[in-house]
Amino acid sequence: MGKTLFEKIWEKHVVKTIDGGPSILYIDKHFIHEVTSPQAFNGLNKRGIKVLRPHQVVATADHNVPTLNQHLPIKEELSRLQVEALKNNCAEHGIELYGLGHPYQGIVHVIGPELGITQPGMTIVCGDSHTSTHGAFGNIAFGIGTSEVEMVLATQCLMQTKPKLMRINIEGKLNKGVVSKDIVLYILSRITASGATGYAVEFAGSAIRSLTMEARMTICNMSIEMGARCGMIAPDETTFIYIKGRKFAPTGEEWDKRLAYWKTLYSDNDAAFDKEITIRAEDIEPMITYGTNPGMGVGVTGHVPSLSEIDEKEKPSFEKSLAYMGLQPGANIKGRKVDYVFIGSCTNSRIEDLRMVASFVKGKHKASNVEVWVVPGSKQVEKQAIEEGIDKVFSEAGFILRQPGCSACLGMNEDKIPAGKYCISTSNRNFEGRQGPNARTFLASPLTAALAAITGEVGDIREYYKETELVTN
Amino acid sequence: MSKQLNIVRSPAVPLNMENVDTDQIIPARFLKATSREGFGKNLFRDWRYENDDDTKPRKGFPLNNPVYKGKILVAAKNFGCGSSREHAAWAIKDYGFDVVISSFFADIFKNNALNNFLLPVTVSEGFLQKLFAAIEKDPATELEVNLQEQTIKLPDGSWQAFEINNYKKTCLLNGYDDIDYLLSIKDDINSYETKRAFQF
Ligand code: SF4
Repeated sequence: MGKTLFEKIWEKHVVKTIDGGPSILYIDKHFIHEVTSPQAFNGLNKRGIKVLRPHQVVATADHNVPTLNQHLPIKEELSRLQVEALKNNCAEHGIELYGLGHPYQGIVHVIGPELGITQPGMTIVCGDSHTSTHGAFGNIAFGIGTSEVEMVLATQCLMQTKPKLMRINIEGKLNKGVVSKDIVLYILSRITASGATGYAVEFAGSAIRSLTMEARMTICNMSIEMGARCGMIAPDETTFIYIKGRKFAPTGEEWDKRLAYWKTLYSDNDAAFDKEITIRAEDIEPMITYGTNPGMGVGVTGHVPSLSEIDEKEKPSFEKSLAYMGLQPGANIKGRKVDYVFIGSCTNSRIEDLRMVASFVKGKHKASNVEVWVVPGSKQVEKQAIEEGIDKVFSEAGFILRQPGCSACLGMNEDKIPAGKYCISTSNRNFEGRQGPNARTFLASPLTAALAAITGEVGDIREYYKETELVTN
Repeated sequence: MSKQLNIVRSPAVPLNMENVDTDQIIPARFLKATSREGFGKNLFRDWRYENDDDTKPRKGFPLNNPVYKGKILVAAKNFGCGSSREHAAWAIKDYGFDVVISSFFADIFKNNALNNFLLPVTVSEGFLQKLFAAIEKDPATELEVNLQEQTIKLPDGSWQAFEINNYKKTCLLNGYDDIDYLLSIKDDINSYETKRAFQF
C-alpha cells in the first residue's frame, strides 16, 4: 500500500519507538520566541545542560513587542524583561536571534518561510500553536508546550504519538472575492473547532493547488483552529519557486539533491487516510465569524443561527457566546457596525495580504467611526510595503501602518481592543478576551476587513468586485 | 508540585462549558512571567472576577462557589483548545488540581498536562453527564481516580475505565519526566544524526 505525505516524512524522523508508547521524533528546525521559552531555558540551567544543536534553533521576539517606536526601550517592565531574557538565553547558548531592530525580525511563522528556513520534508516545532503554518511547504510542523521546548533544546527530539490522518479536498474554482481565509473559515464552520482533533490534516484538491504559497500558509495556519495536530500541503512547483533564492534556501548541488527529494513528497494514489472530506470550492462565500470560537462562522450574507438550529446540549455555550458578542440569535451580520479593523497576525500579515488590502483601499478613505491598524508580519514585509508605495495608500486612507509583531492578535502588548468594541480582524482567534478584556472579534479575510474599514460596517466584497481590480490570493 | 500520581480521591469542581480555550484558562496578559510558579491565582481570571478586579468575584462561577472544592476539575467537551501555552496546565496545577476530566481534550493541552503531572482523564459523554449530575446533586460527592487501574469511580459504585499510554503512565506513577528519558538515549540520537539524509 502507498504512503501518505505525512507518513513519508514521519518515518524518516523516527529515532526509535517505545513499546506501547510514543515515538522519539527527531526535529530539524526549532523556532523559539520570548513568551514560551524562558521557563525552558531555566529548566536547562537547573539540569546544568546546554542546548544540544544551537544551529537548528532560530529565535525572534514577536508576541510581546510594541508596534510603535520599536527603537525605544520597551515601556512595560515585564514585557521588557521577557524580551531581555530571550536575548540573554540566545547569547548564552549560541542561538541566532532576530530580535527587535534586526532586519529579519517578525512573527515567527512569517519569518521562517520568508527566509527560506522552512522547507519541505522537515520536522519543525515551536512553542506556539500556529506552527502549523509551516506545513504549507509539505513538512510536519506543530506547536508544543514549554516542557517540550525544553526537551527539544536539550535533545533535538520529542516524544510523539503518531496522529490519525485526515485529508480535506477543496475541488473546483473559487468564486470571485473568495480568498484562502474564506476557505479555512468555511472548513471550520463545517467541521467545528474540534473537528480535526487528533488528526494531521493534509489539504489537497485543485483549488488548493491553484493557491499561492502565502495563501496556502493562511490555510495551514488555522488547521490548529480545527484542533489538528498539524496541517500540510504537498510541495509542488509553486513551492519550489517560492523557496528558490531565499536567504537560507539551498543552492547549487545541494538544491538539486533536495529538490529531487522534495518531488517525492506527496500522498501516493493508494495511500489510506482515516478520514476524508471533499468540499466544492463554488460553495464557499466570503466568510465571517459571529461567535467566540473560530468554528462559529457563516457567509457574510448569512445570519447567526437561530436557537432552533442549535443542538440542545450546545445551547448554553451558544447563548453565552452570543451574549458576549452582543448579538441576537438569527441576527444578520451584514450591516453591523465595527469600531476597529485589525489587519495582521501570522494568518494574514504577509505582503500579498497587504497588497490585497491596498488594491481595494486605493483612492478611498476609511469610515470616520473606525480605527484601522495594519501590522506587517515582519520587517521584510514592512520594507517591501514601503518600496511598493503601499504605505502611502494606507496613510491616504487614514490607516495606521505599525511595526511588526503579534499585536492585537492576542493583545499582549499595548495593542488591545477596548471592552465592548467590535473589531473585524484578519487574525485567527475570536476567543473571549483574546484581543483585550471583553473585546468582540469578527474574523474575516483581508478583503472583507478592508471593506469594513472603508464603509464602517460588515459588507459583501462581491458587490464591489466589478468596480475595482482586486488582488486576491 | 506533586510529581507523582496514583490514586486521587476528592470532591470535584464542575465547569460545564464546552470549548474552553487556553485564553480563558489563563489570559495572554498573564504570560509575561519567566518562571513556572504562581499562575494559579489568575486561573480563569476573566470568568472569575468582574472587570479584572480580584476583590470582585463573579457570583455563579464554580471556582467562586464555596460548595465546590477538591483536586479534580470536571470540564465539558474540547477542553484546552487554542493556544499551546503550557501556562494553562501550570495554572490548573498551581491552583491545586491534580486531575482534569472531560469527554474530549485538545491535543497540545493534553501533552502539556501530562508533562506537568496533571492527569487528563477522558470519559464518555454519557459518563461525563453522570458526573455533572452527581456533583450538582451533592457537591461533596467524592470521585476516585485510580491511575494504576485506569479507572474513575463514583460513590454509587458506577465506574469507567480510561486510556493512557503505558509510557506516560509509568512516568506519572514514578515521577519521571520525558527529558530524563531522552537524555538517557543520547547514543541513539547521535547515531540517528549521522544517518540523516539532509542537514536541514
Ligand atoms: S500572530 Fe497571533 S496567532 Fe500568530 S504567533 Fe502571534 S499571537 Fe500567535
